[in-house]
Amino acid sequence: MGQTTSNLLYLITIVCFVLALRFLSSPTTARHGNWVGAAGMLVAIAVTLARAGVHVGWRIPAGAAIGTVFGAVGARKVRMTAMPQMVALFNGVGGGAAALVSLAEFHRQAPAPARLHGDVAVAIVASGLIGSVSFAGSLVAFSKLQELIKGRPITYPGQKVGNLLLLGAVVAAGVAIVAGAERQWVLAALLAGALVFGVLFVLPIGGADMPVVISLLNAFTGLAAAATGFELHSNVLIVSGALVGASGTLLTTLMSRAMNRSLGNVLFGAFGTVRAGAGEAASYQGTVRSLTPEDVAIMLSYAHKVVIVPGYGMAVAQAQHAVRELADELEKKGVTVEYAIHPVAGRMPGHMNVLLAEANVPYTALKEMDEINPEFPQTDVALVIGANDVVNPAARNEPGSPIYGMPILDVDQARQVVVMKRSMATGFAGIDNPLFLDPRTGMLFGDAKDSVLAVVAAVKAL
Amino acid sequence: MSHYATLVVELTILVLAIFLGVEVISKVPTLLHTPLMSGTNAIHGIVIVGAMLVAGAASPDLLTGWVGFVAMVLAAGNVVGGFVVTDRMLEMFKRREPPRREER
Repeated sequence: MGQTTSNLLYLITIVCFVLALRFLSSPTTARHGNWVGAAGMLVAIAVTLARAGVHVGWRIPAGAAIGTVFGAVGARKVRMTAMPQMVALFNGVGGGAAALVSLAEFHRQAPAPARLHGDVAVAIVASGLIGSVSFAGSLVAFSKLQELIKGRPITYPGQKVGNLLLLGAVVAAGVAIVAGAERQWVLAALLAGALVFGVLFVLPIGGADMPVVISLLNAFTGLAAAATGFELHSNVLIVSGALVGASGTLLTTLMSRAMNRSLGNVLFGAFGTVRAGAGEAASYQGTVRSLTPEDVAIMLSYAHKVVIVPGYGMAVAQAQHAVRELADELEKKGVTVEYAIHPVAGRMPGHMNVLLAEANVPYTALKEMDEINPEFPQTDVALVIGANDVVNPAARNEPGSPIYGMPILDVDQARQVVVMKRSMATGFAGIDNPLFLDPRTGMLFGDAKDSVLAVVAAVKAL
Repeated sequence: MSHYATLVVELTILVLAIFLGVEVISKVPTLLHTPLMSGTNAIHGIVIVGAMLVAGAASPDLLTGWVGFVAMVLAAGNVVGGFVVTDRMLEMFKRREPPRREER
């Protein structure tokens, strides 16, 4: 079929994708929405197979088969705690595919006697550049989350200048291509430079800033797909890419706002590195009160209302099932249990929600920050499991603190606070937390899962 | 349509789609932000259309052939992995306690 017919049929795909996103506005319809989206994708694939000029040959089926096996096995086998790196990985391969398509399109069109149309050249450069950055950046994000490389920011002297120069060189190569330097080596150099830039740009960003980075890379891949659409004159690619780009951009903004930092600060601030002076400013007086699991069990069992505040420590220890068990035991004793979810708790947007949903916690018990904060004064015990910076009252009280102004969960307003933590080490931001020295706070040291299970046993024994 | 007329139409589509995207996505609750990310991940797997056009070219040269093949592998992994992972996540979001709790 010709381009007009195929573009008409691709409209079905576009409608399916928009509906898929619409259905995501409620957890009751979201799963059907995902199926609608998948159906739209099948339509797009079928229409493309039927297009004039597409020879099925061996490459399409063989490539599809290999990709399907990897995608399906990876998606089925991955543990819920490893979800952030999985999302990063799928994001990266999409960007990589967009970059490869631009490379092939350039190779096909450039040697023609007539020059490339300016807009097609811009689209090729844009999808190649953004796709490569997204591919390499996502792989670095994946490696950081999988702990193949250090999660802490990696910095060295001249990093920002070097990155800027590299980006400048890559953009200059792009401008040269658009201006008519249609040599293949220029595009190859551009793609290589963009790959290196993708690596260098994510390296200095620390683990706790990953929610922002993953959202941003998501937006990049969307833009790369949209640019590919301009290259191939395919409306379905333009619309889908724009939808993904909009989603990634919105999430990026939300995540930066939840940390009270600008996107530039997240990307170039190398937060979490040693800052001269910051250490002395934040030394607090007081003693740490250490609790036993039995103490905690008694506090929790005789409470009316308990709010659980999960953080990355819960994900690392895979304690979500134990947490759910504890909540069950407490509810049997008539205690009301709710969960307070900070927008940037964990390593990707909504990370804690997915983990707790996996442990069968009903989503109606998961409360957003704005919803739960007014309830802390009526809360008997706030149980903080592996969270630190998102409950640090310094963000509210101390204008000198590096995290001052970041919206936090007001656990310090609860009648009692129990903090489960591996040690007194500072959180990702490297800032002391006065909450731990508050007279109403007790600490239960140890691995989050072991601690929660010990408390569960003690609650049962009561 | 001339080349530049097509471009103007495409740009119009792009701008409208961005506005549509912002409207639709701002209605997604924070509860579902992870499925939103992985769902949009699956949607950008639509580059598989581009990969198919490249991989399905008639008598491609060496570079086009292999680039198309690798792009096919990546894009297919993106599509299948994206939708399957999203389905796994959304399956877990439940409203009520599972029935076994009422039995006790």
